[in-house]
Amino acid sequence: MSDEEDDLILSELNDEELVLQMFDDLYDGMAEEIAESVDILLERKWLPYDILTKALVEGMRIVGIDFRDGILFVPEVLLAAGAMKRGMKILKPLLIESGAPQLGKMVIGTVKGDIHDIGKNLVAMMMEGAGFEVVDLGINNPVEDYLAAIKEEKADILGMSALLTTTMPYMKVVIDTMIAEGIRDDYIVLVGGAPLNEEFGKAIGADAYCRDAAVAVETAKDYMARKHNQL
Amino acid sequence: MTRDSEQFFDTPKASPDRVLILACGALAREIIALKELNGWSHFVLQCLPANLHLYPDKIPDAVEKVVLASKGKFAKIFVAYADCGTGGILQKRCDDLEVEMIAGPHCYSFFEGNAAFEQRAEITSFFLTDFLARQFDSFVWKPMGLDRHPELRDLYFGNYKKLVYLAQTNDPDLDQRAEQAALQLDLAYERRFTGYGDLESALAP
Repeated sequence: MSDEEDDLILSELNDEELVLQMFDDLYDGMAEEIAESVDILLERKWLPYDILTKALVEGMRIVGIDFRDGILFVPEVLLAAGAMKRGMKILKPLLIESGAPQLGKMVIGTVKGDIHDIGKNLVAMMMEGAGFEVVDLGINNPVEDYLAAIKEEKADILGMSALLTTTMPYMKVVIDTMIAEGIRDDYIVLVGGAPLNEEFGKAIGADAYCRDAAVAVETAKDYMARKHNQL
Repeated sequence: MTRDSEQFFDTPKASPDRVLILACGALAREIIALKELNGWSHFVLQCLPANLHLYPDKIPDAVEKVVLASKGKFAKIFVAYADCGTGGILQKRCDDLEVEMIAGPHCYSFFEGNAAFEQRAEITSFFLTDFLARQFDSFVWKPMGLDRHPELRDLYFGNYKKLVYLAQTNDPDLDQRAEQAALQLDLAYERRFTGYGDLESALAP
């Protein structure tokens, strides 16, 4: 980092410069700086929802593009996500208080036999950032847990994640159980995880396979829009 | 096609009486050891770079390229890969190419024996083989960015409880390396001798 950057005083930047700096800080995974910038924008009377969408989500969108293009890798994305999480920690209570728009509700979890949650956590965070309410079931979820949660939470979307070739077929168990109970069409089912692909998503009867968190958000928005159009 | 993928696809020399074993580079040492141990001469070994494991989606294309270049030059081609994170795509590709591959999800599964590995269902264990114990820094620590950002360790490994070193050989140096890896990952340590497991039967004449 150059001396000039070391000397950067965030509070002296105008709004536009500060938001651009937040994109850089997110990209570089600088959590402290993100928290400081969020506080500055709040002091300047920015709405929490605007800070979330115009600074944090937009910054993460750039991170997502560079991840997809092979410019950034998982460690850098995790650091960026950590920085965004820091900003969201400040904003979340304010968003609830201010009644920010909710696009829908998602229940998400890693499937039975699988303890990998990095991708799932990224999706959960980005979905929250995009305005979805997210109920995170964590790891190693049997079908009963998924079904109980989507019913209890009156979810719109079920998200399932798996990292292992050996556990990804369990997604079909969940979807087949939903079919057997006659509730499959009541929910949008999105699946993701490193060994999955579109073909697999179709074969097991999911609505869509999402290759990364950004795609998950866009797909969820798209399906929710279609759902509303049907009503 | 990228330069990276060009550089390791030398066409193996034809040997019509023998089998071409097209293997993951992470298995090279073990396959050579089995060949010597059993006095096998029925196959020729061609390896793809072990670091393809860091990008499993590239494995099927890499395998296909060598298989297509080698068809008709050998009595048979056998792919010494398990699924290795390809989500069934490698198996499908091998089926399309009409070549066989090793059954199982990963090398640590077939080293232990696929049946035994499945039965144990150790979902909170992280596995090392001889290769991974030897190459822990290059294949685990550095690619995950832990050399630069050790603070990410618990994000990756927080749900694991134990590191299990599935040993193909009795090598105190590898044992020590594996135990050190467990310490670095803050996991309990277990060493389990497997030998070569299902790999031996997969390669036998």
